Amino acid sequence: MSTGGSRVKKKRVPVPRREPAERIRDFNEVVLGYTLEQAMEEASRCLQCPLNFAPCVKGCPVHVNIPGFLRKLREGDVKGALEIIMETNPLPGITGRVCPQEEQCERNCIMGRIGDRINIGKLERFVADYARKHGIRPEVKIPPSTGKKIAIVGSGPAGLTAAAELRKMGHEVRVFEALHEPGGVLVYGIPEFRLPKEIVRYELEYLSKIGVEILTDVVVGKTLSLRDLLTEYDAVFLGTGAGTPNFLNIPGVNCLNIYSANEFLTRVNLMKAYLFPEYDTPIKKPNRVAVIGGGNTAMDAARSALRLGSREVYVLYRRTKELMTARQEEVENAEEEGVKFMFLVSPVEFVCDDKGRVKAVRLIKMRLGEPGRDGRPRPIPIPGSEFELEVDAVIIAIGQTPNRILFKDIPELKLTEKGTIVVDEKYRTTVKGVFAGGDAIRGESTVVKAMGDGWKAARSIDEYLKTGEWPPEIKPHDFEAEN
Amino acid sequence: MPKYVITAKRKLAPRVNWFRIQAPLIARRAQPGQFVIVRLHEKGERIPLTLFDWNANEGFIELVVQEVGKTTMEMGRYNVGDHVLNITGPLGNPTHIDMYGVVVIVCGGVGSAVCYPVAKALRERGNKVISIIGFRTRELVILEEEFRRISDEVIVTTDDGSYGVKGFTTDALRSLLESGVKPGLVYTAGPVIMMKKVAEITRRHGVLTYASLNPIMVDGTGMCGACRVTVEGRTVFACVDGPDFDAHKVDFDELAKRLAQYTEEERIALEKYLNTVSRGG
Ligand SMILES: Cc1cc2nc3c(=O)[nH]c(=O)nc-3n(C[C@H](O)[C@H](O)[C@H](O)COP(=O)(O)OP(=O)(O)OC[C@H]3O[C@@H](n4cnc5c(N)ncnc54)[C@H](O)[C@@H]3O)c2cc1C
Ligand SMILES: Cc1cc2nc3c(=O)[nH]c(=O)nc-3n(C[C@H](O)[C@H](O)[C@H](O)COP(=O)(O)OP(=O)(O)OC[C@H]3O[C@@H](n4cnc5c(N)ncnc54)[C@H](O)[C@@H]3O)c2cc1C
Ligand code: SF4
Ligand code: FES
Repeated sequence: MSTGGSRVKKKRVPVPRREPAERIRDFNEVVLGYTLEQAMEEASRCLQCPLNFAPCVKGCPVHVNIPGFLRKLREGDVKGALEIIMETNPLPGITGRVCPQEEQCERNCIMGRIGDRINIGKLERFVADYARKHGIRPEVKIPPSTGKKIAIVGSGPAGLTAAAELRKMGHEVRVFEALHEPGGVLVYGIPEFRLPKEIVRYELEYLSKIGVEILTDVVVGKTLSLRDLLTEYDAVFLGTGAGTPNFLNIPGVNCLNIYSANEFLTRVNLMKAYLFPEYDTPIKKPNRVAVIGGGNTAMDAARSALRLGSREVYVLYRRTKELMTARQEEVENAEEEGVKFMFLVSPVEFVCDDKGRVKAVRLIKMRLGEPGRDGRPRPIPIPGSEFELEVDAVIIAIGQTPNRILFKDIPELKLTEKGTIVVDEKYRTTVKGVFAGGDAIRGESTVVKAMGDGWKAARSIDEYLKTGEWPPEIKPHDFEAEN
Repeated sequence: MPKYVITAKRKLAPRVNWFRIQAPLIARRAQPGQFVIVRLHEKGERIPLTLFDWNANEGFIELVVQEVGKTTMEMGRYNVGDHVLNITGPLGNPTHIDMYGVVVIVCGGVGSAVCYPVAKALRERGNKVISIIGFRTRELVILEEEFRRISDEVIVTTDDGSYGVKGFTTDALRSLLESGVKPGLVYTAGPVIMMKKVAEITRRHGVLTYASLNPIMVDGTGMCGACRVTVEGRTVFACVDGPDFDAHKVDFDELAKRLAQYTEEERIALEKYLNTVSRGG
């Protein structure tokens, strides 16, 4: 096949995926990914924009050298491609699967002006998968130890990326994780059918190979205090995420079989309740489920419920389809699998039977009003429009806030009104030597933004270790406005 | 990863075991009223258990576990030298230890293991401690000696009168309050019904009462809300906002219902386990 010349290939090489009827019967991965030939062909469509101009790179929060890795890939040099990606991204198998590329690197791709944008996400994923299957590891040189010790709190994408970067600078890094398995949302939130846990484990192995130590079952603020860490370590990075679920403040919310998405997904993913009773953690297998919300979490909960055998799964969202925050690809997957969507509705009450189990959700219809503070049209209830939907389980996925457990321990750590940690543009908190990033400073965000934070925070930490300088006052930086 | 090795084990009563387990980080920070989350092995669930005692110098914690289902029965078969895979803690808020004057401790069954460290700390703080510990029948009585050591007065009750005072702990509490004892605090842990009755009695006497709640938990760090309870009309998470709450403000009926949520699944898990055990698995 011809790759050079002026002949531009306008069409994307399609990505094979499993048929809906088959895939909803198990938790195995839906998207199958490219073969080497397909990947080389897709990579060869790239126009190779110069690196300092390439708009795709600017759209990537960790600035992966995209044309660089695509060039290696079209030559069939997977190892070379992997090494280029991993210069800035320690978790390519994960980001290649869960990033909303359509809003990031791919959004800006020049090819979009004359044809389909390059399928950067699936190519990144291909490189990671091929390397994993063929035992290809990037060569990493760790400089001699600087003697500096850094504690990372939380092993989600933010903490892990900061850890990898700091380790590559020669610092000693130890990660503390509250749960029994590292990975944060990657292991307890995002389901197996989108992100196989085997891949998370493999990518974490890379971190231990380069000498990052991960200690699980340590809740900082409880098992160890932040103050303990500050005396033992030269700097601390907080990547504790936004793990506390919001519940609706309406009657009946504590009826049986009403779950937060976090509880539902933790039982399914982390505790493998879908394999009950082989695994000990139980889960209800409902017939008719209502999932409340319109983000990634809602999609994951709905699709997990289908796979547990639910006959009908409704996603109830208070705005319109266009305003859903979930990744487009996953909304399409959910629709194909038979998830039903109801837009412009909001629950006002959960109705329970005499045993305390939920039997219906009372909804009110909404219309869109003026944009609110976040720029999105505000939903307004339509009086007198209430109706009931019969269900035997409800999963609430209306957002999460940062976990309070750590903050009680250290009152000097300043928080915003929303409960996120206040940091300046260098990720410095109001406590000297303590940095923070990821969902803990942004509220619910994305994997790669959390990684971008970890990556940049590592540079500020390194600078602080060298200079010991800390500003007398922290000027809060609004990371949300940056988007 | 640290290994949580069992260094001592004792049977306190049929189906109630006491364990001493190596867990230095937890022992160092443990305080009365706190608990841990335990996961036995790779396929295990996470269950909450109260810290019964601990020793920071020697780096061990102690747990008292009643066999009520699959996981606790399986743990009952663990012996000295075995290890459990994960222990996370200390979790929850410590009990508010203060000078209340007279304190009455009311606990039922394995709830007495929950009360013990609290009673001990309240006594060390200078309170007069009256402990009422209740059991179904004589052979289930546990921790009587321990309570005698740290209480000014101990009342043991059995439902059937086979040991100590016949009747429920709540009967003993009622007569104590009616006899003119004016506690500054009543602390209670045990079956939900019992805690609810304790709250009803002390409300009439206007006595401050804390209950240590025992809802279903998963992570134990505030991430899921499985443990949510209604206190004074508000939803709170027992694992991070509790487990102690003002008993007069707790919705005990809701707590009881929520505890029964998985009865069917628990039965399936137990049956499967008992089958493998009897086959020598
Ligand atoms: C169901 C679901 C689906 C999602 N899907 C996508 C998607 O498709 N694409 C995407 O880009 N984003 C997605 N997101 C968002 C994304 O997962 C998060 O933005 C990202 O994981 C944030 O990373 P983080 O490192 O900041 O925090 P987290 O991943 O939340 O990790 C924080 C870690 O810190 C630990 N921790 C917290 N407190 C303490 C403490 N005191 N001591 C020790 N450890 C502590 C937690 O246990 C956790 O492991 C999804 C989120 C959810 C919930
Ligand atoms: C903060 C806290 C502290 C606790 N401390 C102790 C302790 O020190 N010693 C001890 O023996 N037990 C304690 N428990 C109870 C213990 O967690 C349960 O007995 C255990 O989870 C049962 O697991 P299982 O698989 O053996 O039984 P399952 O098969 O899960 O359940 C069997 C029966 O136990 C009841 N049950 C289930 N989960 C709980 C629960 N979380 N709390 C109370 N009852 C439950 C159910 O009603 C069920 O019918 C505590 C619970 C909490 C929340
Ligand atoms: S913008 Fe598109 S065409 Fe240009 S380098 Fe990036 S992937 Fe290639
Ligand atoms: S057990 Fe999950 S929030 Fe309390």
